[in-house]
Amino acid sequence: MKSHVLTGEHFINGDEACAEGAIAAGCKFFGGYPITPATEVAEQMSVRLPQVGGTYIQMEDEIAAMTSILGAAWTGVKTMTATSGPGFSLMMETVGLAVVTETPCVVVNVQRAGPSTGLPTQGAQGDMMQARWGSHGDYEIIALAPSSPQEMFDLTIAAFNLSETYRTPVFIMSDEIVGHMSEKVIIPDARTIKTISRTKPTGRKDRFKPYQPGPNGVAPMPAIGDGYNVHVTGLTHDEKGYPVMSVDTQKEMMDRLLGKIRNNRDDIIMTEEYLLDDADIAVVSYGVSARTAYTAVEQARQNGIRMGLLRLITVWPFPEDKIRALSKRVKGFITVEINMGQISREVQRCAGTVPSYLAGHTGGAVIPPDDVLKIAKEALA
Amino acid sequence: MKNSGTSPTPHPLEELVRMDRIPHIWCPGCGTGSVFTSSLSAIKQSGIPYNQFAMVSGIGCSGRGAGYINIDSFHTTHGRAIPFATGIKMARPDINVIVFSGDGDLFAIGGNHFIHAARRNMDITVICVNNLTYGMTGGQVAATTPFRAKSATTAAGNPDSPFNLPLLAYASGATYVARWTMLHARDLADAVQEAILRKGFSFIEVLSPCPVNFGRRNREKSLDTLRNYHENTIIKNGANPAELDVDFGKKVVLGKFIDIDRPTCDEMYRKMYWPQPETDEKRKTG
Repeated sequence: MKSHVLTGEHFINGDEACAEGAIAAGCKFFGGYPITPATEVAEQMSVRLPQVGGTYIQMEDEIAAMTSILGAAWTGVKTMTATSGPGFSLMMETVGLAVVTETPCVVVNVQRAGPSTGLPTQGAQGDMMQARWGSHGDYEIIALAPSSPQEMFDLTIAAFNLSETYRTPVFIMSDEIVGHMSEKVIIPDARTIKTISRTKPTGRKDRFKPYQPGPNGVAPMPAIGDGYNVHVTGLTHDEKGYPVMSVDTQKEMMDRLLGKIRNNRDDIIMTEEYLLDDADIAVVSYGVSARTAYTAVEQARQNGIRMGLLRLITVWPFPEDKIRALSKRVKGFITVEINMGQISREVQRCAGTVPSYLAGHTGGAVIPPDDVLKIAKEALA
Repeated sequence: MKNSGTSPTPHPLEELVRMDRIPHIWCPGCGTGSVFTSSLSAIKQSGIPYNQFAMVSGIGCSGRGAGYINIDSFHTTHGRAIPFATGIKMARPDINVIVFSGDGDLFAIGGNHFIHAARRNMDITVICVNNLTYGMTGGQVAATTPFRAKSATTAAGNPDSPFNLPLLAYASGATYVARWTMLHARDLADAVQEAILRKGFSFIEVLSPCPVNFGRRNREKSLDTLRNYHENTIIKNGANPAELDVDFGKKVVLGKFIDIDRPTCDEMYRKMYWPQPETDEKRKTG
C-alpha cells in the first residue's frame, strides 16, 4: 500500500508539521474549531485526513470539538484536536472526562498571550499550569513542549504513542512562535517511524472488565461494535465501568489513574541537556523559550559564566528528579518561560535551598537572552 | 409452556438491560423508565444486531439511561451527548447511534450542539425525555418549563416561555420529528424504531412526568399528569411545527410531524472528500 507519510525535506511551519506528525502517527479523526494561532493545524488536517481515509469535522465550538474526539476514539481510531487559550479553557471539563474514562486522544494548544482574548496573534506560554490543573478534580496528565517545527512533527507522533500506551489525553503545549515559524522539517521514511496503538482485549466478552489494568497499569480498550458491551461513564466507576458512589471505589480508581502515569515516569519523561556537566547555573526552559535559553547559555560561556541548559521536552509529569539531582551541584536555577512564573514554581519546589530565579515575560514576544544573562550575573554575584 | 415457580420467565427485554445494575435510580412515578422500555423495544424489534448500536447520554435523570442498557453505552458530560455521538457516527457510520437524554441536558446546556447536529443532518436518533424540569437537582426551572409554572428557582412562577422542541428541531434541519408521551408506549416504540431505521437526524420528544420535583410544586398528582397525556392530547400527524406548544389547556399535539429525505453528514462527507473508486465507465473511457 502506498504510504501517506510525506517522506522528505520540507519547509513548513510548526502547525503544518504538527498535522503531518498526526498523519504519520495514524490519526484518523480530527474535531476542529478555528482559533488563531492554531487554525493551520485544522486546515491541514481537513486536507490530509480524507486522503488517508480519515475524517475532519468542524464542530460548533471547542467543547464539541473536544467531545467529538472522545466519541470517535471509542470507535478504535486515533483522534486529535487543536486550539489556543480560549478554546483550551472551554475544553477543560471534557479533558477530565477523557482522563477518567481513559480515552486516548491528543490535544494541541498553540499558546497565545492571555488572559481572555489577550494577544491572539502573539505567542506566550501562559497555559502551562492550566494544562496541569485546568480540569476539576485530581489527576495526572502528560504534556510535551516542542521547540521547533521539526519537534512539532516528532512530538506529535510521541504524543499519540504515549496517549495510546497509557490511555490518556496528551497535550502538545506549543506556542504561536513555534506554530507559525517555518523551518526545515525532515519527515523520515514511514517504515522507520515507530507508532503504537492501544492494546485490544482478547478472551471472553461476557467477563471482560474495561478498567481492569494490565501489567503497566493500563486496561486493554475495546472499540464500539466489538461486542464487549462496555459502559463508559464520567462517574466514579469500578473495573467493570459501573458507577459506584463509594469512598473505596473512588480511592481504587484514583490510585490506578494516578499510578499509571506516576509509575511510568521514566518512560514518559524526556529531557535534553546542554553543557550542564560543569554548570554553576542551570537554566530550565521548554518550547520556544528553550531557543532563547540556548543562546543565553552560549553567550554566558563566552563571558566565562558556567551555564548549562535543561530543556524539558516532557513538561508534565514534571521531571522533578532531574531538578533535585541538579540542585545538589548547581549554585542557582533560572527558568526561562513566557509567563510570570509557572514552571519556575515547580523548579523552585524541587530546588531545595538553591536559589531559583525566573526570566519571565508577560507575553507577546520571546525573551531576550540578555534577560537571562543579567539574572545569571546577579545570581553569581 | 409451564413455568416452574423457581425460574420465572425472563422479561423479554432482559438481554438489553444490565440486570446487575438494577434497581435503577428513577423515582416512583417517574416516566423515564417507560421511555427507556419503549426505546429498548424499538431496538429489539428493529432486528439490527445489538453490537451495531451505541447509546450516548448526557447528565441528569434520563442521562442515566446509558448506564442501564446492555450495549456499548456512554454517560458523558452535561449537555455533550450529541457531540460525543457525532464523533462516533463520523468515525463509524455503520453504527446506529442513539442519544437518550433529558430536556435540560439537550436544550439548555446542550442546545447549541442540538441545532448544529440537526443542521448537518447527522445520522443519529435523539430521544428527549421531557419532564419540564431539572429533576436530578431538585426541580429548577428549565428551557421547557411552562410559562408561570413553579419551580425551585421560580417560586412565583416561570417568567419565561418554553421552547417548542419540534419546531426548534424542524427549523434546525431535522429530517424526522415526532412527539409522544411515555403513556403512548407502542406509538413511541414504533416511532423510535422508525427513527433508527431512518437515515438522518431524527428527533423524538417524549413528555414524561416528574411528580416529585415538578408535579408536587404545581399541584399536579402523578395520575393527573397521566390523565392529561390520555385526555388532553390529540394525534395529528403532519401538524404544523409552529403550532406544537405544550399547553394541556388546549390539546397537546402528538404524532409524526416531519419525515423527509436529505443527504446525511457522513454520506456527503465521504462522497465529496474521500477519493472515489473508479467506475467501469470511467476506466473504459479514461
